[in-house]
Amino acid sequence: MSTNLKNENVGLKRRRIKNPDVKHYWIMLVPALIWLALFQITPMFGIVMAFQDYNAGTGFLHSEFVGFEHFQYMFELNDARVALRNTLIIAFGKIICNLFIPLIFALLLNELRQKYLVKTIQTSVYLPFFLSWVILSGIMLQIFSYNGPVNNLLEFMGFDPVLFFQKADLFRGFLIGSDVWKNFGFNAIIYLAALAGIDHTLYEAAVVDGAGRWRKVWHITLPGIRSTIALLAILSLGGILDAGFDQVYNLYNPLVYSTGDIIDTFVYRAGLQGLDFSFGTAVGLLKSVVSFILITAGYWLARKLLGYRIF
Amino acid sequence: MIENRSLGSKAFDVFNLIILISLTLLSLLPLWYTLMVALSEKEAVQAGIVSVYPIGFNLYSFDAILSDSGFFKAFWVSIQRVVLGAAFTMLVLSLAAYPLSRTSRQFPGRNLLMWAFIFCLLFNGGLIPWFITMRNYNLMDSIWGLVLSGGIPIFNMILITNFIKNLPEELEEAAKIDGAGPWRVLYQVLLPLLKPVLATVLLFTMVGHWNEFFQGMVLSTQMDSYPLQTYIQQLVVSASLENLANLSLEELDRATKLNNGSLNAAKIFVAIIPVMLIYPFLQRYFVKGITLGSVKG
Repeated sequence: MSTNLKNENVGLKRRRIKNPDVKHYWIMLVPALIWLALFQITPMFGIVMAFQDYNAGTGFLHSEFVGFEHFQYMFELNDARVALRNTLIIAFGKIICNLFIPLIFALLLNELRQKYLVKTIQTSVYLPFFLSWVILSGIMLQIFSYNGPVNNLLEFMGFDPVLFFQKADLFRGFLIGSDVWKNFGFNAIIYLAALAGIDHTLYEAAVVDGAGRWRKVWHITLPGIRSTIALLAILSLGGILDAGFDQVYNLYNPLVYSTGDIIDTFVYRAGLQGLDFSFGTAVGLLKSVVSFILITAGYWLARKLLGYRIF
Repeated sequence: MIENRSLGSKAFDVFNLIILISLTLLSLLPLWYTLMVALSEKEAVQAGIVSVYPIGFNLYSFDAILSDSGFFKAFWVSIQRVVLGAAFTMLVLSLAAYPLSRTSRQFPGRNLLMWAFIFCLLFNGGLIPWFITMRNYNLMDSIWGLVLSGGIPIFNMILITNFIKNLPEELEEAAKIDGAGPWRVLYQVLLPLLKPVLATVLLFTMVGHWNEFFQGMVLSTQMDSYPLQTYIQQLVVSASLENLANLSLEELDRATKLNNGSLNAAKIFVAIIPVMLIYPFLQRYFVKGITLGSVKG
């Protein structure tokens, strides 16, 4: 019965019988906590580089502190502003489309009369979700290439071929569209679960009252999943600075930097490839902090408005 | 159910069926096309005349992969990474999720730990501090760097924790009355019940490790250390993107002719096969695992 762990007296001063299992709980957590310390907490100390002129030779214990110089420089740098703007536009477009297109798909699938097709359709549309952007980009580079099938089709229909990867004004739409294509099936899972949870007697009652199909969707189905839609919308706002590094990195090139360069790719190029560690850390830190605030606010809102709890 | 179906309703059914089948084809055709390119002769691919069936059917590209030692090396790195990574993640997660699913009365300090994990889920030092840490640990060009770096997906840990909390408390109490300690409760009572959520997490962990290319790229200083996705990224994708930006249309045309599109497609297709073999069989688990673990807490 004796467990002399320090944390025992944290929260329970009251009449509590000591739980003999607590010692074992801590043992079970040891591997996870070691990992957390080594791979999550330790890197956070590197954040000081953002306020230093980091010198790889001396390490961040002996590098000179420069305050907010890197942050100031960032706001003066045109490339950084472009990256921020692109990030916001691309991420916002993805959030909206990834919210509503899977919803429409789930509603259509829910209305399908040929129920024996549902499983096959679902398995098929999940496939792109499980493939990496490296693979998908490799495929897209062939399909959308100058003499690829898409341009062949365009020519067949009497249009001029399009250089999809070199046109800056097409690139954002290209990113959003391919992201939706990859994810819509998988994102529909939550909606389909919510749809399955709607009380069936409501539909039967509506039929008795003479409601047609459209009225049933409008008055029963949509209100029934309203809270799911609201929850996903609130939680997705935290991703407004996440435009998708893997996707952009595997599809962009200098010709489309003006519309396609995002914060993450900018950090990679400036910080890691350009070896400006301090500047890269500063840009990354700003992104981390803002994202953290937004995600936390999202969870807080979801809890206040919808009673959602993360754990 | 007796239902009076109007003409409009029937028209919608036809329209709906067409839309859904189109979406299904839209998801599958790009992969089908890739396979067809891989099975076609090089010249047909360069001329851009391959569509939904192979032209000049042959297996040369797949044959060429068999004798490509770089591809095999990368494939082997990825296999090691998936096996070691999945084993590590599943072991650590299944151990950690149980204590974290206790209430703070049963396990004082639990809430604090949970917030620490969630903080690390939402906030991190960013790319550069992570890279410097990995370099200081001497994890460059090492399989362990790839295994450990993304080692514990905290979100999945919370998923398992929530799943355990949704199980009836009586199961555990009954086992305890029979004299089972926490380890026995975990291994003999809980783990069998956690099958759907563990299968979900296992699937995502394996697919995640298999698909990851970025860490493989920045943590490798030589090609021998590349996992498969990094190998494909560097040899197929990156090269094409560079050509797109730097070459004129005529030069690009020439580069495409020199480039073996059929071989590239075969490499891509081989990299997809393991994923295609896994996820359909785990489908009923991940659909269940996701909806149950995330809905309630």
